[in-house]
Amino acid sequence: MENKKLLLDIQDLSIQYDTEGGTVHAVEHLNLTLEHGENLGFVGETGAGKTTTALGIMGLIPNPPGIIADGKIFFEGEDLLKKSERQMRDIRGGKIAMIFQDPMTSLNPVMTVDKQIAEMVLLHNDVSEQQALERAVEMLEMVGIKKERAHDFPHQFSGGMKQRVVIAIALACNPILLIADEPTTALDVTIQAQVLELMHELRRKINTSLIMITHDLGIVAEMCDKVAIMYAGRVVEYASTEALYNRPAHPYTEGLFNSIPDIDRDEEELKVIQGLLPDPTNLPSGCSFHPRCPYAIDSCSSDMPPMVEIEAGHFVACPVRFEHWKNAADGNGGVKR
Amino acid sequence: MSGNTAPRMKSEAGLLDIWRRLRKNPLAMFGLFIVVLLIFFAITADVIAPYKYYEQNLINSFQSPSKEHLFGTDEFGRDILSRIIHGSRISLQVGLIAVGISVIFGGFFGAVAGYYGGRIDNLIMRGMDILLSIPSILLAIAIAASLGPGLYNMMVAVGISTTPQYARIIRGSVLSLRGQEFVEAAKAVGSSDTRIIMKHILPNCLAPIIVQSTLGVASAILTAAGLSFIGLGIQPPTPEWGAMLSGGREYIRDYAYMTVFPGLAIMITILALNFLGDGLRDVLDPKLKR
Repeated sequence: MENKKLLLDIQDLSIQYDTEGGTVHAVEHLNLTLEHGENLGFVGETGAGKTTTALGIMGLIPNPPGIIADGKIFFEGEDLLKKSERQMRDIRGGKIAMIFQDPMTSLNPVMTVDKQIAEMVLLHNDVSEQQALERAVEMLEMVGIKKERAHDFPHQFSGGMKQRVVIAIALACNPILLIADEPTTALDVTIQAQVLELMHELRRKINTSLIMITHDLGIVAEMCDKVAIMYAGRVVEYASTEALYNRPAHPYTEGLFNSIPDIDRDEEELKVIQGLLPDPTNLPSGCSFHPRCPYAIDSCSSDMPPMVEIEAGHFVACPVRFEHWKNAADGNGGVKR
Repeated sequence: MSGNTAPRMKSEAGLLDIWRRLRKNPLAMFGLFIVVLLIFFAITADVIAPYKYYEQNLINSFQSPSKEHLFGTDEFGRDILSRIIHGSRISLQVGLIAVGISVIFGGFFGAVAGYYGGRIDNLIMRGMDILLSIPSILLAIAIAASLGPGLYNMMVAVGISTTPQYARIIRGSVLSLRGQEFVEAAKAVGSSDTRIIMKHILPNCLAPIIVQSTLGVASAILTAAGLSFIGLGIQPPTPEWGAMLSGGREYIRDYAYMTVFPGLAIMITILALNFLGDGLRDVLDPKLKR
């Protein structure tokens, strides 16, 4: 575990929200590692705990009602949860930057965009305001916005351009880790492609690691080296993108892939995963997916499935499928889709 | 008209831009004109007033408006026009400083209460509720009475008595802004709470603050006039519009102009400030920009 190469090492993280309706277990015993320069896709349904995990890394869990109940978050070998607020302020933006979901609302409406980028620069570098503004213009040009528009207000930009500005802010201080929380969800498809392309390109230029939170498996395939599938606050499958796409092992992952409509077939209905995401204040016992799982056996409702490595770097929290996998692997390797 | 200004204004944000857009609003321009005129009167009162405001001339008392005395003279034969011109000094001072006091205190308490919420919010806002439960004129009277009459005490009294209104308004806007994503984004770039409040939240509350302040200057002038009217504000012989109304009250049946002119001065000033306030709100809120 004390591997120096690890950029981020989340151990046994649990985050809860104490609400009047009961305790919401947003993230449960989450383990995750990220190496330098690596891209991790973080996939799951709405409410699976992806954003909560990201906010946990940033130290921005709203408290109250949120509390980090357990676990450690090592970033460059240091536990972020033990840092003071002041130290965290230096890390936020400086080392870990975040891109929020909705560019429409994540820019300050009464501040010109160059000032908003310059603020980031000023907070983390010992520069004059003039230099920061110059850097801001530089960043704007880098994300493909003309410098004449630097003094414009956010409402004068389109959605895609706003997201470019948001990206410019996030990357202005060359962060080591970039967390993108569904950066394209609020954009239309053509703009999505542009923004993703831009992020991909800039990421390579600055050499940042990336955690891409999304529910779009297509984006993950395009952008990420590794994927973690999250369900009801837990990671249920963790593998390289290639392994996961070719040989999805967890029934939930399989369900996700099956729900993508096939362009070659004339399908009347989408194949959906039966049931709904469980009530987070009252998760089912054992494996939280078992009420929806087509492969569930009796023990699923009582035992919490451990993460098992089914092939090098491919972890799955499903003993049933693991058995199946082992049997199939004797034949021609891999579970049939 | 907007055809050639629209592309240019992008590169020239700031005061010039605000001015350019304000100019298109005739009511706001009228308001601004009156306010500037008032400021001009206040600054140059000693020079432009035809008579000294304290110059008594008992032979000439109760003169109706005439060529020598455009607005007539009062019971001591003092020129009412000169007194109104000098009065603008007091009124402006009272209006601006009293509003300044309430914006600063109300802004501070409102922003802290709205941003931190919870117990702090409760503590501050219940205190403000107590102040709000007393009619502000009554509160001002109580404060002025306990501090004693006088210009500065009056400003403090008016300022404190309207603080809760500002605190409420600012708390409300802060509360709605606090949950917005750009505040979270500001946290995510490592801004401190103070910085977020000062640079991100308060500038977004500017529109309600400005509107409330300009209306507030108007009501502060009114409250001050009221205090002077009942004798707790400016003491004679200092000319103050409210005090002049009060002085003219006894003669209103025979010499109505003694109350009409100070009353008109108050009315026009307040109207102008309200027009200006509305115009500024339209201009300053970039979300309303076209």
